[in-house]
Amino acid sequence: MAAYWKPVYKYVRRRWGVTTEDAQDLTQEFFARLLEKDFLDAYDPEKGRLRTFLRTCVDRLYWNQSRDAQRLKRSSGSAPLPLDFEEAERELAKVAATESIEDYFEREWVRNLFSLALERLRHQCEAGGKPIHFALFERYDLAEEDAAKPSYAQLAVEFGLAVTDVTNYLAFVRREFRRSVLDQLREMTANEEEFRREAHALLGADSR
Amino acid sequence: MRWLSDQILDRLQATLQLPDLSGTRYRAIRHLARGGMGSVWLAEDTVLDRRVALKILDTTDPSGELAARLLREARILARLEHPGIVPVHDAGTLADGRVFYCMKYVQGQRLDHAVRNIRALPERMRLLERIAEPLAFAHSKGILDRDLKPQNIMIGSFGEVLVMDWGAAKVKAGGQTGPAVAARATMDEGVESKAEGDRTLDRSSASSALSINLPKTEHGRIFGTPGYMSPEQTRGDPVDERTDVFSLGAILNFMLSAPTSGQADSLPQPEPSRRAPRPLQAICARATASAPASRYPSITDLSADLARYLEGRPVTAYRENFFERAGRVFARHRIAIVLVTAYLLMRLLLILFSHR
Repeated sequence: MAAYWKPVYKYVRRRWGVTTEDAQDLTQEFFARLLEKDFLDAYDPEKGRLRTFLRTCVDRLYWNQSRDAQRLKRSSGSAPLPLDFEEAERELAKVAATESIEDYFEREWVRNLFSLALERLRHQCEAGGKPIHFALFERYDLAEEDAAKPSYAQLAVEFGLAVTDVTNYLAFVRREFRRSVLDQLREMTANEEEFRREAHALLGADSR
Repeated sequence: MRWLSDQILDRLQATLQLPDLSGTRYRAIRHLARGGMGSVWLAEDTVLDRRVALKILDTTDPSGELAARLLREARILARLEHPGIVPVHDAGTLADGRVFYCMKYVQGQRLDHAVRNIRALPERMRLLERIAEPLAFAHSKGILDRDLKPQNIMIGSFGEVLVMDWGAAKVKAGGQTGPAVAARATMDEGVESKAEGDRTLDRSSASSALSINLPKTEHGRIFGTPGYMSPEQTRGDPVDERTDVFSLGAILNFMLSAPTSGQADSLPQPEPSRRAPRPLQAICARATASAPASRYPSITDLSADLARYLEGRPVTAYRENFFERAGRVFARHRIAIVLVTAYLLMRLLLILFSHR
C-alpha cells in the first residue's frame, strides 16, 4: 500500500478533478477494500501490469460511487488508514500535469518507487556503517539542480576523502541503489514475470 | 520519505540504466540497442584499447534463469566461428550481479535500413545469398537461429554481412537440423524476442529438450517475430532448419518489396511482390510455404536456387513456358547470340551480293 497510495490519490485528484476531501475518501475506501477483500484475486498478471489493474479498479470505484451516491463518500466504516494526504497535496502542487493522465500515473508510480528505494538505501547505509557513502550520494546524485552539483574534487575536500574514494563510494551507493530499487520493485509486483517486465521497462536503457 | 523532483528522477533513472562496469576492463561509452532481456552498450576495452559491444542483462537474476539464457547465447556464438556471425570475446558478471557478454562492435547498418540504398535487384539477391552462408554454417553445426529478420542482420562498413543476436537459437541433438531430425526434435527452449514490437507467446505444453552441452532455458515459450516466424514455430510445433528457410524466404520477400527511399517496412507483405520476376516470386513462395514439407529442405537448397536465378539458369521452384525460357536464354547468352546473328547476317548479305 505504501508504494501505491500516493500515485492513486494524485491520480484521482488529477483524473477526476474531485475535491481533496472526496479524493481522500475515495483513496481510503479503495485501500480499505484492497486490504479487507480478495480484491487482487481478480488480477491476472498475464493481462497487464498490477498498477494498470489498480488504476482501472480506482476508476470503477469512482464510477460506482458517483452513480450510487452522487457524492464520493467512504462507506466501509473501518478505521481510516494512516495516509499523509497533506504531504501528497504539497507534492501534487509541485508538478505541472503536462503529460497524459496515464503517463502522469506512471511517473508518480516511479517517483514513489524511487523514494521508497532511497529510504531503504538510507537505512541500509546507516545500519551498515556507511553514512558517508549515502551523504555523498545525496550531495551529488540527489542535488536539486545540475548546476548545484559539486565536483568529485570538491566532495573530496568537503568530506576529507581522496577523490578515488569519492568515485568508489559513489559507485558503491549507485550499485546499492539499483539493488534497492529492484528489491522494492519485487515487493510491488505480483510475480517474477511482471517483475522482469517492469524492471526491463524501468531500467532498460532508453526506457524513458 | 523524500519527494523527488522530475530532474532528480530523470537523473536517477539515467544512473540506473548505466551499466556498472567497475572492476571490469570495460568503460561504457553509449547505449546502442535494447533487447528482450537486456541492453547492448558500446564500450571501450581499456586493455586492448578497442571498441566492443556489451550485452548486459537489465536485472540481477536470483533464479539464474536469465543469466543462463544469456550465457547460453554467448556459448552458441562462441561455437559459431564464421565471418558472417558476430564473434564473442568474453563473458562474465558485473559488480552488481548482472551477467554480460562482450562481442565485436559492428559498425554499419541494419539490413532494413541498408536495403534502401540498394536499387539493383541482383545486388539485393547477392546480399541474400551472403545472409544464407552463416545460416547454412550454423545448421551444419546443429544450431537453428529461429529469429532471423532484417533487424538482426548487419551490413558492416566493409560490406560484410553479419547475422546478429542468436538469443532465440536452438541447439539440436547430434549436430543435425534437417527434416530427418524433426520427428525427434521438440520445441523446447528460447529466449525472449529482442527488438521492439516483438511478440512473445506463452505456451503451456512443451516437451523436454534435446539440447547438448548447453543449459536449457525455460520451457513453454515460443519465440520469434510475427511475419518472419514460421507457422510451425508460431504453433509451438517441432521445428527444424526449414523454420529458418521460412524466415529467409520472408526476408527475400522483404528485399523484393522494400522501398529504396523513405521508411523501410519492417514487416514483409503477405504475398511476394508481383513486380518481382516470376522465378523470384516462386522461390519466395516455396521458401515461405505454410507446410514445411513444401519448402526447400535446407538453406543450401534455397541459396542454390537463388544462385541459379542470378546466373540466368532455370530455378527449381518455377516451371517456365517457352517464351520465358527463350527470353532467359537470350538474356543469359545475349552477347553470343548477337555475335552469331551478326555473323549470319553478314554471310547472308555476302551470299546475296555474290549472286548478283
